[in-house]
Amino acid sequence: MSTTTTPAPTEKLTAKDFTSDQEVRWCPGCGDYSILKQVQTVMPDLGIARENIAFVAGIGCSSRFPYYMDTYGVHSIHGRATAVASGLKATRPELSVWIVTGDGDGLSIGGNHTIHLLRRNLDVNVLLFNNEIYGLTKGQYSPASPLGKVSKSTPYGSVDNPFNPLALALGAGGTFIARSMDRDPIHLRTILKRAHEHKGTSFVEIYQNCNVFNDGAFEVFTEKASKKAETLFMEHGKPLIFGANAEKGIKLDGFKPVIVNVADVSANDLWIHDERDEMKATLLTRFFDDPKKADHMPRPFGIFLIQDKPVYEEGMSAQIADVIKARGEGDLDTLLRGRETWTIN
Amino acid sequence: MTTATQEIKRQTENKELKNVVILFAGDSGDGIQLTGTQFTNTSALLGNDISTFPNFPAEIRAPQGTLAGVSGFQLHFGSVNIYTAGDASDVLVVMNAAALKANIKSLKPGGIVIANTEGFGTKNLDLAKYPKGVNPLKDGSLDKFKVYEVDITKLTRACLEGSGMGVKDIDRSKNMFVLGFLLWMYNRSMEPTISFLKEQFKKKPELIETNTKVLKAGYNYGETTETFTTRYEVKAAPMPKGIYRSIMGNQATAIGLITAAKKSGLTLFYGSYPITPASDVLHELAKHKNFGVKTFQAEDEIAAICSAIGASFGGSLAITGSSGPGIALKGEAIGLAVMLEIPLVILNVQRGGPSTGLPTKTEQADLLQALYGRNGECPVIVVAASSPSDCFTMAFEACRLSLEHMIPVMLLTDGYIANGSEPWRFPNAKDMPEIKVNFATKKNGTIQNGDVTEERYLPYKRDEKLSRPWAIPGTKGLEHRIGGIEKENDTGNISYEPENHEFMVKLRQEKVDRAANNIPDQKLDNGKEKGKILVLGWGSTYGSIKTAVKDCIALGIEVSHAHVKYMSPLPKNLGNILKNFDKVLMPEMNNGQFSKVIRDKFLIPTINFNKIKGVPFSAGEIKAKIEELNK
Ligand code: SF4
Repeated sequence: MSTTTTPAPTEKLTAKDFTSDQEVRWCPGCGDYSILKQVQTVMPDLGIARENIAFVAGIGCSSRFPYYMDTYGVHSIHGRATAVASGLKATRPELSVWIVTGDGDGLSIGGNHTIHLLRRNLDVNVLLFNNEIYGLTKGQYSPASPLGKVSKSTPYGSVDNPFNPLALALGAGGTFIARSMDRDPIHLRTILKRAHEHKGTSFVEIYQNCNVFNDGAFEVFTEKASKKAETLFMEHGKPLIFGANAEKGIKLDGFKPVIVNVADVSANDLWIHDERDEMKATLLTRFFDDPKKADHMPRPFGIFLIQDKPVYEEGMSAQIADVIKARGEGDLDTLLRGRETWTIN
Repeated sequence: MTTATQEIKRQTENKELKNVVILFAGDSGDGIQLTGTQFTNTSALLGNDISTFPNFPAEIRAPQGTLAGVSGFQLHFGSVNIYTAGDASDVLVVMNAAALKANIKSLKPGGIVIANTEGFGTKNLDLAKYPKGVNPLKDGSLDKFKVYEVDITKLTRACLEGSGMGVKDIDRSKNMFVLGFLLWMYNRSMEPTISFLKEQFKKKPELIETNTKVLKAGYNYGETTETFTTRYEVKAAPMPKGIYRSIMGNQATAIGLITAAKKSGLTLFYGSYPITPASDVLHELAKHKNFGVKTFQAEDEIAAICSAIGASFGGSLAITGSSGPGIALKGEAIGLAVMLEIPLVILNVQRGGPSTGLPTKTEQADLLQALYGRNGECPVIVVAASSPSDCFTMAFEACRLSLEHMIPVMLLTDGYIANGSEPWRFPNAKDMPEIKVNFATKKNGTIQNGDVTEERYLPYKRDEKLSRPWAIPGTKGLEHRIGGIEKENDTGNISYEPENHEFMVKLRQEKVDRAANNIPDQKLDNGKEKGKILVLGWGSTYGSIKTAVKDCIALGIEVSHAHVKYMSPLPKNLGNILKNFDKVLMPEMNNGQFSKVIRDKFLIPTINFNKIKGVPFSAGEIKAKIEELNK
């Protein structure tokens, strides 16, 4: 729909134009710095005027994000960024709306809004910084922490299972499901651009290191020594290959994904990634093994799924247009009079 | 009915009455609400003044015939001015034994009972928990009333015999028989109902025919049956000249919000989660999409208000509506709106609390919640509607104040006025004032950056009302960030400075206080400016207090009535009014909440008079209290 095209900027922008005058206050070494940098770098390439961009956040370390972006922004309350952004996007469909949330904010206290946002499919982007810990409140386990997590609130280990955030997003009807990491700037920028291009709710989980309270939670995926063996970078139309020397691949044995040696199979036997295959995306989100487990699957990064589904704010506007067409623009006097009146002289 | 019987015309006596209260009661499936509404509309068209009060059972589909399933519709109409739905009824129409049992206590001595005998069989008597073998129609317990037993079910079935309809469907139109009969009894025309049926069943013409037939049968029953010797007449009331319609409170609220949106030129956004008794506002607004209204049925109460906050940030007239339990859930987000200093109207259609409380019953017990029920010092403007049609006025006012002052406004109504109805001399669109909204378009200040002075947009720079500018996304050069953390004035930058926090807390309060310059002075509704007793009310007690005070003045008692609609800030002259009376009586449907506020602000010994039973005050109760104080 033409009303939802966001006006382009009149001048050429740079990352600096998106940097606010506020001092960034994350702990030195925090993964949030890299994410902020990639977002600021990508923004000028999106071709949107700064005034038409809004960043909305809840509460948590990541949620300070809007203060550092020189765009419109709301730093709301714990868990509610998704809800605030829904109202903003529903009434201002032409804006480019970005939600910054974390594993506590978006999966715990705000979990309900997250799933309903995905279900409604408003055309917004959700950046879920997952550090598997509560940072701002100083180190309690989160709904993304693995079972047995020792934290301030679980000195003997947590006894509850974590969410699989992307399986949750997919189950809620998400139409763009992706994963990236703070330590891979190029990959992150690519995913951010694709998220922006997608029409509908783009859900991007970003593995982010909290070096103060949960240092190294994702290091097997991010550090050079293990990254290639433990991660699976998915590309549309390409076979699923990983390993230090790209020697391993994934093959589907019926419904069961198995790891094979690339050398042992013909290229056609490997699983070719298709971003638009919902069934296969479901399997891929289930590649969620503990990397310490023997025979575990590598952790996928990239885009799991893209789907075209109706977008909430467009449906809302279209319905209004239809009713106006059928009944004519509302007339206040007619409304005030109602159906039946009587006169007293 | 055969034509022959129709031709028998009898001599009936015609008696003129000033006002009548009819209570229709039956199973929730008996069409009681529809019967009541149709009789109401017909009477309104005749020029009677009217007040109604539907009484719904708490359960949606309580078992048929049980006390829990009784639905009621009370209608008070007259040739005099009417302010309440009536203390006690003159006529009680009951479709079954349970309906009689639940309502007989509200019938005046000498009042009329019209009982559907079919609803008094053994099974129904059992369900109504009458002792074995006891039938109130037969045991003399109703001797002080005039009881008419009519087998409405049988007569309806006879009327539609051969219509091809099933018994179940036929039985559903027995409310039309009742309506027809009452229209006869009160000399009212069947025409408005017939045209209603035509409109209602446009797509099912057979139902127009059958319902009309039963309606006429009921009317003719009165005409031909010798039991009924008296017909009553209630003439038009002396109402101010003008064009009227009938309006229910929730409907009036919705129309008020749409009017404010039109008059401010903004899009109306309503974020809400279904809750009794507020849902009808959502339903009503959702009907009016041709006004560009955006209704958002959120996943929960918190999302409802947060979506409204987002919409307001984007430049819409944003509203969230609920009832007490939902407002409790919205508390934190109301705080956010207070910190963001954005326009937002929060509607609370109050019901009996706490917790789930009495969802379908009325109460005024959320006033302190509205004023104080949030963490931190978190003042908002609070206004309250006093009657069904006043919901329109106060909804409009809530929007106006919120937009003009950039402050969240809580609008209080309650179950009684939300579902009650009255005639409304509605305004013309052109007579409603414009609401001026000026979005910021230019940078409004400077900041010092080292040696350089930079032009900036300062989101928290204020005008004389202490209101801040509203710069909405899409406005070039005014990009800014706002949030719930304490901030510095002007720049809005995060600030944890001790001095700054105290300054900002006081400033936010002062901002609410200054709105007192933008609200009307408190007026006396009735009585002299000085005297012995002032009855000080707020909200839906208006009608009962009005009636009681009028009656007391007629008896020569020195009593006056003031009804507050602006709860915070209070009208500037309220203190002066209070000083002029020896005693201040405060009837409230709570445990004395407004009274606490008045004592706190004015240090006067108010006299509490409380009723917390889920039903409104009767005028008689308040009158008795005034008389007691007058002794
Ligand atoms: S606590 Fe952790 S997540 Fe928060 S800023 Fe510090 S390093 Fe980053």
